[in-house]
Amino acid sequence: MCHQTVSLVARHLEAEGIATVIIGSAQDIVETAGVPRFVFVDYPLGNPCGKPGDTAEQRSIVEASLELLTAAIAPRMTLRMPLEWGVDDWRANFMHVGPDNIEELRAAGRRRMEKQVANRAAG
Amino acid sequence: MEAAENTPQTHRRVVSYIDKSREYYAAHGYEQPYRWASYDAVPFESWVGRDLSGARVGVVTTTFPLPFEKPKKVYAQASSPLPDAMWTQDLSWDKDATHTEDLGTFLPITALHDLAEDGAIGSVADRFYGVPTEYSQRRTHADAEQIVEWAKEDGVDVMLLVPL
Repeated sequence: MCHQTVSLVARHLEAEGIATVIIGSAQDIVETAGVPRFVFVDYPLGNPCGKPGDTAEQRSIVEASLELLTAAIAPRMTLRMPLEWGVDDWRANFMHVGPDNIEELRAAGRRRMEKQVANRAAG
Repeated sequence: MEAAENTPQTHRRVVSYIDKSREYYAAHGYEQPYRWASYDAVPFESWVGRDLSGARVGVVTTTFPLPFEKPKKVYAQASSPLPDAMWTQDLSWDKDATHTEDLGTFLPITALHDLAEDGAIGSVADRFYGVPTEYSQRRTHADAEQIVEWAKEDGVDVMLLVPL
């Protein structure tokens, strides 16, 4: 949801003459919204500007975003950073739904909906 | 040419968060999928070939200052000195795979100050801007108008926007 939020803000800024670059990790949400420029860092959500403790990488991502700014000749330009997180298990683990946890998720959903109904009833 | 390693795949490797979140909330019993913003036309202010050495650069974040107080409202805060930490816990990021203790991983203000010192950009805006993450796109449009106003007051030429 953060990615949609900044995509909408970028569109407003750009329409008012302030050039924008989004640095993010949810490629589909940003590209679906439609933004001027996007630096895609294919990392788990939380560290789009580089790995913790790696100030050189963090600086290189900001530099790349500024290079994209002066290189992009049209909107919807995505620059994919040539970076690897190192392990891949987060891709499957994040918001995982499977036979191992489906009952747990259904129960959590029921509890949440009951709470919402109770909150509404309490006004 | 050096022999490149080919690692064949049967599925798209990049995560689709639109698909993942739809399936995740459907598993919770929410039948109506979220309708994500999607525009055909995209505004564009060209900076091709322009010199950044005089540019004032700002940052937009979806994280919030500490101590965190509800309700979340769009804000502007001094970019120097930078806080030691930001409130991220209620946002949907991958808390199993990583952490947000290093501000430089999502709030690139130190990197921008370094680039300004080196002359690669003109300056860093005196304030950075925060926007609440809203399901309601209408509310975000209103917040965006406020950020435009602050950015103009602060003379921002270029904005980096970093979602968590």
